[in-house]
Amino acid sequence: MPARIIQSNETSFAKTTVDPVTLEVIENALRNARTEMDATLVRTAMSPGIREQGDAFPLIADHEGRMIVGQFGSFIGGFLNGYDGTVEEGDMFLLSDPYSVEGAVSHSNDWLVLLPVFKDGRLLAYTAMFGHQSDIGGKVPGSMPIDATSIFQEGVRIPPVKIYRNGLYNEDLVKLALHQSRTPDWCAADLNALIASCRVAARRIEEMADRFGIDTYVTATGELLARNYRAMKTLLGQAISEEKVSFEDYICDDGMGYGPYKLKCTMWREGEKVILDFTGTDPQSVGSINFYLNENMFKMFFGIYMIMVFDPMILFNDGFYDLIDVRIPDGSLLKPKFPAALSGRTHALGRIFDILGGLLGQKTPQFLNAAGFSSSPHLFYAGTDRKGDWFQLFQIGFGGIPGRPLGDGPDGHSLWPGFTNVPNEFLERYFPLVIEQYGTVADSGGAGLHRGGNGIVMSYRFLEPGVIAVHDDRWFVPPWGVNGGRPGARARKILEKPDGTRTIIGNKVEDFTVETDDVLHFITWGGGGWGDPLDRDPALVAKEVVQGLVTVQGARAYGVVLDGEGSVDERATADLRDNMRRERGAVGVFDFGPDLETLRERSLEETGLPAPVQPRWNSQHIAAE
Amino acid sequence: MSYRLGVDVGGTFTDLLLFAEDKGTFWRHKTPSTPHDSSVGILTGVEAVCAKAGITPSDVEIFLHGTTVATNAVLEGKGARVGLIVTQGYRQIMQIARSFVPGGLAGWIVWPKPQPLAALEDTFEIMGRMDARGNELRPIDDDDIRAALLKIKAQGVEALTVSLMNAYLNGAHERRVGELAAEILPDVPVSLSHEVLPEMQEYERTLTTVANAAVRPVVGRYVRNLRAKLRDAGMAGQLSLLRSDGGLMSSEKSEEQPVSLLMSGPAGGVTGAIWVGKNAGIRNILTLDVGGTSTDVALIENLEARRVRTTEVGHLAVRASALDVKTVGAGGGSIAYVPQLTGALRVGPQSAGAVPGPVAYGKGGTLPTVTDANVVLGYLPEALLGGSFKLDRPAAVAAVQTIADALGIDLFEAARGIIDIVNENMFGALRMISVQQGYDPRDFALMGFGGAGPLHVNAVARLMGSWPAVSPVSPGVLCALGDATTRMRTETARSFSKLASDTTVDELCGILRDMADAITADDTEVDFEVDVRYSGQAFEVPMPVTLDALEAEGIANLTRRFDDEHRRLFTFNMDSQHEIVNLRAIGLGKALDLPAARLPEGNGDPCEAKIRDHELWIDGRMQPAVIYDRAKLKAKDVIKGPAIVVEMDSTTLIEADCVATVDHVGNILITLA
Repeated sequence: MPARIIQSNETSFAKTTVDPVTLEVIENALRNARTEMDATLVRTAMSPGIREQGDAFPLIADHEGRMIVGQFGSFIGGFLNGYDGTVEEGDMFLLSDPYSVEGAVSHSNDWLVLLPVFKDGRLLAYTAMFGHQSDIGGKVPGSMPIDATSIFQEGVRIPPVKIYRNGLYNEDLVKLALHQSRTPDWCAADLNALIASCRVAARRIEEMADRFGIDTYVTATGELLARNYRAMKTLLGQAISEEKVSFEDYICDDGMGYGPYKLKCTMWREGEKVILDFTGTDPQSVGSINFYLNENMFKMFFGIYMIMVFDPMILFNDGFYDLIDVRIPDGSLLKPKFPAALSGRTHALGRIFDILGGLLGQKTPQFLNAAGFSSSPHLFYAGTDRKGDWFQLFQIGFGGIPGRPLGDGPDGHSLWPGFTNVPNEFLERYFPLVIEQYGTVADSGGAGLHRGGNGIVMSYRFLEPGVIAVHDDRWFVPPWGVNGGRPGARARKILEKPDGTRTIIGNKVEDFTVETDDVLHFITWGGGGWGDPLDRDPALVAKEVVQGLVTVQGARAYGVVLDGEGSVDERATADLRDNMRRERGAVGVFDFGPDLETLRERSLEETGLPAPVQPRWNSQHIAAE
Repeated sequence: MSYRLGVDVGGTFTDLLLFAEDKGTFWRHKTPSTPHDSSVGILTGVEAVCAKAGITPSDVEIFLHGTTVATNAVLEGKGARVGLIVTQGYRQIMQIARSFVPGGLAGWIVWPKPQPLAALEDTFEIMGRMDARGNELRPIDDDDIRAALLKIKAQGVEALTVSLMNAYLNGAHERRVGELAAEILPDVPVSLSHEVLPEMQEYERTLTTVANAAVRPVVGRYVRNLRAKLRDAGMAGQLSLLRSDGGLMSSEKSEEQPVSLLMSGPAGGVTGAIWVGKNAGIRNILTLDVGGTSTDVALIENLEARRVRTTEVGHLAVRASALDVKTVGAGGGSIAYVPQLTGALRVGPQSAGAVPGPVAYGKGGTLPTVTDANVVLGYLPEALLGGSFKLDRPAAVAAVQTIADALGIDLFEAARGIIDIVNENMFGALRMISVQQGYDPRDFALMGFGGAGPLHVNAVARLMGSWPAVSPVSPGVLCALGDATTRMRTETARSFSKLASDTTVDELCGILRDMADAITADDTEVDFEVDVRYSGQAFEVPMPVTLDALEAEGIANLTRRFDDEHRRLFTFNMDSQHEIVNLRAIGLGKALDLPAARLPEGNGDPCEAKIRDHELWIDGRMQPAVIYDRAKLKAKDVIKGPAIVVEMDSTTLIEADCVATVDHVGNILITLA
């Protein structure tokens, strides 16, 4: 049974007319309210994940639950459908179970606080924010076991519950949830931060209702939604063809030896409606790389990619949702059936953006970016130090930004909004670590007129024995290049023992024991290149060799030959470029690198790891053991 | 009689304010800036303002100067070529920065990545390593360092910086590099990160050290040139520069620490506001400094401006104390437009700047700006005082009409819409520094200055509930006034990084006393600040402390007050341990008692100052209004809105349902009628 909304005042909002200026002022006020939510969170959260890396996302919705401000689209419809209870004044909800909100949060680490905002007895709005909790219990520190086979192994699952009822805080409930965590202090502070952010936004909305009149406020938010609808309708009509285009890409493996898993999306327009159909995507995995993709969230991603170029000032909202139909097959990797494990979902989440880019840019290569989304690579390191204190690190890494129409992809930067690295001096101060190296990997960015960004190499020396876990992808299927640009280099992880022995370990490993003075070289992927590398200015290539971003050997991918002094050998360069042009023939829009068969054949030699085994599914869509 | 001369060099104008210390009277002057060599404009201004006062430059005892020379060097990439020596494995520290990409989802597609301040080809690694307790993990090697220095020398750098991992805890390795550099590159100035900024966070420490080195030659040249020119003009007095944190430092000191000058410009306005507040008897002030392309806001509580530990310049966040000034891309030159796709009215952040400027200025601008909207509505009368400059109202009307047409609304509604949107943006920025820091804006007055501040201050005060709205004396040259009326400030910092439970009052006070002793002797006052956080937090709160209170109450004095402050800022406390992160001693020069000159008292009727009748569009209709000459207003005059008060370089708007009173020193205080 869906949620029942209890209002002491059932008067519906009167539709008024809102002049265009008031509308803009309200839009600006909403934008400011969202900025305040972010600011409140950053100031009050405690875990490095939220505080330092910015892994949290706000939402302001109207009284019908449609997103007015935010990034990931509204999940409130899904919440209301799934919640068997009442929504009343003085309530505040907490939840973390992806299956209870149709995937609006995509793993149990994301705790979501939802605050219905009432005014004069009427439901006026919702504010919500979710953030990544460092640890919610379960079988491994950090609560994201890459080898999980069911969500029950991934820590505490919180269905939608009221942490405030009639304004009264349910301390026992929160205590129970926090008790599951290995880092209850961080969790408590981060939960407080989420609550404080929602309250700030709620106050702003109440003030706006007072300032402009409640009916004007409600009418205005409706108009903002309608404006997005109109804008998007025009844009879709111009930009999306009725002819079908498809794009597919892969998740390299599932951490259990199987892979790659295919993600496929087909896009076309029927009249004013755009269809995004994931038919052809592989079935769900027995492992944890499933990503419960919320349809609305994907609509939002799609919309943001579409509209960025045309009015970047726009306050993006849900208004255009009716224009887009997202079809995801049940039981697929993107809509797994309960209780499939989800803790490795970051890889498919990342890959969705490469697919979006590939879909939208196919017909307009001048706007197309290369590939560069691996995931959010994770490192976990936990143990008990010699003083007997528990330590637990969860770190998100970065890689190369793809080559872009605008220019080179930045080296070692974040594709996710708001994320930053954690200072290494901070890591060394609070964890038994020495970061021996923190740089980017020469030649790892795909060659191109605009070079792909280099991936990062971060070398962790462990000062205490413990266990580590690594989640990364793009180690087997490379990030593709476009318009003549070459694929970026793949990720790899090397464990070096004190005697110098180096072992390549997988990119999805769990519970891996490390000893004092072991060094982990955590190497991420490079972005794909954009445009013909043979057109890149040889002097720039030579400069990047001096800078250590490209090697002398790597310069040859640009057809650039350097002499002993590091200067461009003009004649040899011209000859090499002529030869290369002749030999390769015409360049296509995409360069995916070798096909899957070839990648398999060369896997051990090139990656140091055996090729993943092609997964097979029986009629229940479950990967073969 | 002794005179203080405040000089603020802006992008368009150089403002000068000559202050007679004992009487509190002042003379002001505005002259076009001369970007190729600012000293030319300054000298012209000095001659002019001295002539106004009937003195010669030799009568000026102290020359106080706010400058954006350091800021511009950073923003325009015109700093020196800086070589950088880092720990092995960290060559790309500036290239990776913090991995942060601004903008929302998909922001990376359109982000142009700025070039690092120290080029990668000028960055070299050396062996050796300190750990996070300041112990040596691996030794340095002189031959290895020499080799790196020789390579740097070959690159032809103009300055050298050394930033090694964990040097904030132990600077021995950096010092050795410095010694060898003195041999190998004797003519190149060297900065060591543990001296410039002895604080955790390798990127921020490196960036701050590099930024300091990059702007040092530029600032040095600038200061020496200016000093020489002033001496030539007969000025023998002291030359001081305004720091980002609102204090002054000697010009010699500023050559060493130019990174402290990066927010010198905005700091002048805030210190000016403090002086105005002191004289007007207003102790809590929000400032609204509206310029051509942007607006700066700050919070003053009990006549002290809030400070932060980070100075943000363009894309760079440098660790140096600054006044907590927030900037929004909304100013008089902000351009209004209606994107075809959404049909929404947008204002800024693109700006017409000084060139081509607003349409009404007739300098070639064609796009409607906030200033044009003010002209259309009648808030900016066509003929400014003095008659030297006439605004082109028909052109402004035509430009704003394009917005009205695109929106399908009336001309005046469109113009007011542009104003309302820009006010809303300023409101958002003000809320970030007030409500978001735990302050209730209703406890504050709002002071509008800069060329356009007094035009917007009334409307924004209404949004904030911050009354009175204040148009200070000389709003157009308040920065120069601030330069002239603030005091010397020096700061020394040290990393501490200990749990509160692991230290004692004796240890803490001992170090603080040592630090105080290290600050120059002629400072009359020393303040202390201690950064505290909950252990594990990556964010600290600076707490002012006194040695007396610490000794009387113990460390609890610090932790209890931190808890209170944390609750005010963040709404909750934690059970975690307290960590004492950094210590600072701040030496303050002699407090100045510089009263403002009193205005003759009138009978409350401003009719003598009336210039003419006028009309302006407010509250949805054209209404009769009066224009007054600020120079002729008397204390206690009461002006009913709607009205406009004009002066040389600024215009104050009093809205329809408001009333303004002129206080005893000439500030206009606007309240709801």
